[in-house]
Amino acid sequence: MAEDTAYDGPILEIDKLSISFFTRLREIPAVMDFSANVMPGEALGLVGESGCGKSTVALGVMQDLGVNGKIVGGTIKFKGRDLSEMSPEELRDIRGSQIAMIYQEPMASLNPAMKIGKQLAEVPVIHEGISEEEAMKRARQVVEDVKLPDPDRILKAYPHQLSGGQQQRIVIAMALMSKPSLLILDEPTTALDVTVEAAIVELVKDLGKKYGTSMLFISHNLGLVLETCDRICVMYSGEAVERGSIEDVFDEMKHPYTQALFRSIPLPGADKNASPLIAIPGNFPLPHERPNGCNFGPRCDYFEAGRCDAGPISMAQVEGNDRHATRCLRFQEIDWSAPPTLADKKEKGVIGDTVLKVDNLKKYYEVAANSMFGGADKKVVKANETISFEARESETLAIVGESGCGKSTLAKVLMGLETATEGQVMLDNLSIESTEIQDRDTRTVSSIQMVFQNPFDTLNPSMTVGRQIIRALEIFKIGNTEAERRVRMLELLDLVKLPREFADRMPRQLSGGQKQRVGIARAFAGGARIVVADEPVSALDVSVQAAVTDLLMEIQRNEKTTLLFISHDLSIVRYLSDRVMVMYLGHVVELGSTDQVFSPPYHPYTEALLSAVPIADTSVEKKHIVLEGDIPSAMNPPSGCPFQTRCRWKSEVPGNLCETEVPPQRKMAAGHEIKCHLADDILAQMDPVIKIAAE
Amino acid sequence: MDPITWTGSLGPFLNPLMLAAIAVFVLGFFAQLVLNFAGVQPGEVQINPDHTLSVARSPNDYALMAMKYAVLLFLACVAVFIVGGIVQPSLEQKGIIGAMGQRFLPVWIAMILIFALSVTFKRRLGLYGKLFDSPIGMVGFFLVMFWMLTAIFAGLVATHGAIDVVSQMRNEVPGSFMPDPDEGEYLVYLLGGDNLGRDVFSRMVFGAREVLKIAPAATLFAFMVGITLGLPAGYFGGKLDTVLTFIANLVLAFPVILLFYLLVTPEIVASGIPTYMAAVLFLFPIIFFVILFNSRFFTQPFTRNIYIFLTVLIGGWLYLGLAWNSDPLGIISMPGNILIVFVSVVFVNSPTVFRIVRGIVLDIKTRDYVAAGQTRGEGPWYIMLWEILPNARGPLIVDFCLRIGYTTILLGTLGFFGLGVSPESPDWGSTINEGRRLLTIYPHPALPPAIALMTMVLGLNLLADGLREESLRD
Amino acid sequence: MGLFILKRLGVMLLTALCLTFVVFFLTNLYPNLEKLAKTQGNARMTDAEVSSWLDNNGYGAPMLVRYGEWLGVVPGWTRTDEETGEIRGRCIDFGDDPAEAPRFCGMLQGDLGYSTVSDDEVSNIVGGRLLLTGKLMGWVLIVMIPSALVVGVLAGMREGSRLDRTLSTASIATTATPEYVSGVIFIVLLASSTAGLSPWLTENGWIEGRTLFLGSARSAMEDITFWNFTLPVMTLALYGMGYIARMTRASMAEVMTAQYIRTARLKGVKFRTIVLKHALRNALIAPFTVIMLQIPWLLTGVVIVETLFNYNGFGWTLVQAASNNDIELLMSVSIVAVIVVLATQLISDIGYVYLNPRIRIS
Repeated sequence: MAEDTAYDGPILEIDKLSISFFTRLREIPAVMDFSANVMPGEALGLVGESGCGKSTVALGVMQDLGVNGKIVGGTIKFKGRDLSEMSPEELRDIRGSQIAMIYQEPMASLNPAMKIGKQLAEVPVIHEGISEEEAMKRARQVVEDVKLPDPDRILKAYPHQLSGGQQQRIVIAMALMSKPSLLILDEPTTALDVTVEAAIVELVKDLGKKYGTSMLFISHNLGLVLETCDRICVMYSGEAVERGSIEDVFDEMKHPYTQALFRSIPLPGADKNASPLIAIPGNFPLPHERPNGCNFGPRCDYFEAGRCDAGPISMAQVEGNDRHATRCLRFQEIDWSAPPTLADKKEKGVIGDTVLKVDNLKKYYEVAANSMFGGADKKVVKANETISFEARESETLAIVGESGCGKSTLAKVLMGLETATEGQVMLDNLSIESTEIQDRDTRTVSSIQMVFQNPFDTLNPSMTVGRQIIRALEIFKIGNTEAERRVRMLELLDLVKLPREFADRMPRQLSGGQKQRVGIARAFAGGARIVVADEPVSALDVSVQAAVTDLLMEIQRNEKTTLLFISHDLSIVRYLSDRVMVMYLGHVVELGSTDQVFSPPYHPYTEALLSAVPIADTSVEKKHIVLEGDIPSAMNPPSGCPFQTRCRWKSEVPGNLCETEVPPQRKMAAGHEIKCHLADDILAQMDPVIKIAAE
Repeated sequence: MDPITWTGSLGPFLNPLMLAAIAVFVLGFFAQLVLNFAGVQPGEVQINPDHTLSVARSPNDYALMAMKYAVLLFLACVAVFIVGGIVQPSLEQKGIIGAMGQRFLPVWIAMILIFALSVTFKRRLGLYGKLFDSPIGMVGFFLVMFWMLTAIFAGLVATHGAIDVVSQMRNEVPGSFMPDPDEGEYLVYLLGGDNLGRDVFSRMVFGAREVLKIAPAATLFAFMVGITLGLPAGYFGGKLDTVLTFIANLVLAFPVILLFYLLVTPEIVASGIPTYMAAVLFLFPIIFFVILFNSRFFTQPFTRNIYIFLTVLIGGWLYLGLAWNSDPLGIISMPGNILIVFVSVVFVNSPTVFRIVRGIVLDIKTRDYVAAGQTRGEGPWYIMLWEILPNARGPLIVDFCLRIGYTTILLGTLGFFGLGVSPESPDWGSTINEGRRLLTIYPHPALPPAIALMTMVLGLNLLADGLREESLRD
Repeated sequence: MGLFILKRLGVMLLTALCLTFVVFFLTNLYPNLEKLAKTQGNARMTDAEVSSWLDNNGYGAPMLVRYGEWLGVVPGWTRTDEETGEIRGRCIDFGDDPAEAPRFCGMLQGDLGYSTVSDDEVSNIVGGRLLLTGKLMGWVLIVMIPSALVVGVLAGMREGSRLDRTLSTASIATTATPEYVSGVIFIVLLASSTAGLSPWLTENGWIEGRTLFLGSARSAMEDITFWNFTLPVMTLALYGMGYIARMTRASMAEVMTAQYIRTARLKGVKFRTIVLKHALRNALIAPFTVIMLQIPWLLTGVVIVETLFNYNGFGWTLVQAASNNDIELLMSVSIVAVIVVLATQLISDIGYVYLNPRIRIS
């Protein structure tokens, strides 16, 4: 790469790039008039909702658009050379050696039938022609660089033998094998747990500095971009709408979409009653149904007919800022500091009596240790370990935890899909922990209902929306005739703010948010008193998330529902819940009101979790805590305290108490419980993780 | 009298054209092969600044274009032969191809109607309509419909009876004239006579009816059995799954041909085993429908009772007739040898269907809408039949087409070994078997049924392929 | 791994027991035995005579007992003739001393019984026939598997390309052509002296004999030549080939869209290397199972081809035994067939585990 050292212009120059996909019926423009520069050592964040074309830009840079994708205009220059004019051989030389890419699914991006070492060594063997042995040495070096323990063992392992976090580190290592000048990261942490994500982000930042690599970081998460990038480019419906340095865009945004985006995500300080999130009205336009003029026009508060929809709008420089541009005609007229016109403040629901009481609940599974080869040795998986809590009428109780913490098992036991091994679940005064769903009476079943995570999976694809809701009504014995049930179904659609015509649509004609609304309508069909919402918005885009969350809150206020909100996203939990329960490996490690949990004293795990969540606010200062290693498997939990393997406070506990004994559930304040061995005075010393800097 | 020629009066004009088409096709094929190896890429689609597309053609593309036009020319010639056959008055002028084209006239008319209607309304016909977007699927559909319609109109299409023997016509070549035809009788054996002096063409046409009487129905029954057992096996898992899977593997491990030799013999028919097997296998559709309606309508007892009553009434009637041959009305019955063939084919096919269904269920049962059904307290059978099964329809429809083809092959195999068919039967398998003895001297009796069977199975496979491709799209 | 194989073997044994019992049951039904009695004794026996003949020859015992005898876990029957005092029995060969005869003589003791039609020990017949079929299968596999894999990989590596469409349609066409159809077409086309290519080739003096290939494989039993063995091998290979090729294509196409292939491509790996080093191994896992399971499936084809081409191998024996009611021979043939099926299943399971590191190392 000696010949490249002389080059000191931008690493990547994208100029007026347009990319289209061609189908049998029509041309679908995916990216239009997109320009961006990446300077050496700089990290550019590319942010937008799904379908906005951000990944297409990345693939365009890699010149890997598949059979149907074509660059229909503009240029992409890498170190001054136009990529689209290169021959396939030249492109192959650049890929992997000068431009490398990291993707979303680490497991899928590693070859399952090839050893890690070989996959890594392949890169320098191809590009530098060095010997296999030397390449292996290099591979070992890079594996150490990405902070993986025991590099020799890892080089000889197959991908499936590593955990998700380790796999992503290997993918990063592979990208760095030839010390590329440009690294493209396409949602590199989406599939990972928050605490693992925090460690990976940290690693990427460090390595970027160490190797002097420029980065193109693609994400839907504004907080993550804030933590990793120098500059940001916001995309909407195939176009870049705003571009500039992080500070300029976050604090002096000059495009209505950017502003709306920030107003729809829960930042610290947001409150469901006092200052609710503002959802962006309307829907994302389909690629072939984009409006004239400004794509965001139909959803924009500042829309001016006759001007915004007149014709194509180009990027305009914002004076006084460094390379800050926006695609808005009116950006100089709009008063950007005006506070949002708030929807009327909501009355806080009155929290009533206890509806659900869980006492000392345990759920153990027996699994064959090795299912393929059979065998007699069975292992016990302790999915839930002594869980006790109460939930009251019109209360939102958030259940927070990463994968394998047992929150889904808890939901299954509550629903009656599984029966408890030990302990009690009381619905009003009826104990239901060992009654399976088939044996529950209709009233009990309809009282506890569930909203599911994946909107694309939650509705039966071959039944109309109306039919599915009517079926729920039939099962809950509501309405005596088909006509009565139909009326009730239409009312339910009104309740979730869907047009009545949707009754006769098939699920595939609905957007993700709309499907989730139908899911909510179905859950409330039998007048549910307790709704278990299993990550109901995590698969939705941020702007839709706000709308669905608000809908849930509103129904809760009107119906006095108890909401068990399962989530891993602490921002949204902080925004909407009254009380929070933090779970780790089947244990409840902390339980208390939202304020108690989000301020010290913390359980060490809560502390780390809070620190790991990226926050899209430049005024927030976060304490930096990175957890070592991965979440242990529930099949093989650590002895003593479940969190002891990753706890940074462990040294403060005398003796080997943490390794030998499960800590007791301790009452800190009224309604605040922590499962930890730490002495009171040490807990009292803890600093808050999140501080909002005074402005 | 000399036999009539293949191409009749149009031959002298069209034969050279057809030969030329074939030659161009072969040349084009080799040219393209050579060019590919020489590294000439096919032309790439260019995008012009005004967002229109144009193709830069390379020699490779010209070779392919030549091949395409050669195929079109060939098909056009065939079409002209057929039209010529319909229009021209005398058999000599029609030629064999023309005369056959004329005999198939009812098939052509029905086919044109079906295609015209389907293509007109294809956007409103769901998956079936989408079939007409895929050339492969259309060819497949054409072939299948051709034989279906032939089976339906067999009486009109055939020139002679399936078992009419004219001893002078023994092993006569295609196009031979009858020695002394009766009044109104067709004058020639279009595809010649077989070793007993029967008309090969007519036997082929009636053979389609024999095959299509059994194959689709047997496949349908196999699907009923496979679905009724596969759903609970996949959904409940555990011991039930282990036992059912073991039994399915047991049947699958049984060499098909051995099973046929053991099952399809007169001794077995005499022992009554086929009847017992039929009694068990034919029960499944009734069970299937009863569960289907009960799980859906148990909240509305009146509606449910009507549905179940009708199912049991109609199902029971068919069941008594088909399995026990004791239809109280005396309408429905099935001869013993057909019954055993039917039962064996169902028996052989259902384990595979079982495995497919089980696999799909294992996949779909992890979906959230299944969990949603469970959490509102739906019974397991409702979830299996109304939540899971409708969403498994794509792969099942595709497999259904493939399986009819496979069943046709199995029936042919049975016929080939003379198992379970009456010796006079015109079904394709036995006709091939009869023809093969003198194959090297008189190839004409064995070839038509062989080609018929091949094209029909090919049509089903292409149809399945087209359906699969179209159902994966969007 | 050892435990896994052991468990599989157990299931196999159970399957084999069940299957052989079913075959035994179906071949030993009363109508079959009656027919046997009439062919062995005389055709005009009365019902009473038939049952006494059956009793005298050990067929009178209950089905399960006879199955046990055949298996060799129940002592063979003996019967003393009341008039002559001569002792006859299942395990007593004609003229041997009853006292010295073994008590058990069944499958487990290696005694496969006696073929009533060929008048010979079954074990003598089956061995030679198996060898002939082995040769046929060997050639078929040598032709079929590599060509099917190549076709499948070529078609699947660029899904939707022209090459893919051509090869896929060809594969579909071969799966639509069962052996009795392709065999007939091949014979007419290549081995008939009056039709197809041969007369034309002879006329031009391009081939020596009267036909390009021989339409009968009878002479191949002595000496395999290209001339007499091509057609049976081709016929048999063609039908199975399309199926394996389509499986390989599907698997290959799926692998080629996997993310790790994109990773490799964006690492700068050449297309050829991607196919050979990254895709192939992953793509062959599924077809391997299919190939192994194809072998029992070929059995039907073997029967058809051997009948069609007059090749007196195992399949031909099956047909003969079944149509002549030769019970013991048919039983042995079934045993062999069942063993072949189960063995291929076992190999397919083990191979699957071996090829797939995700399962091998866990």
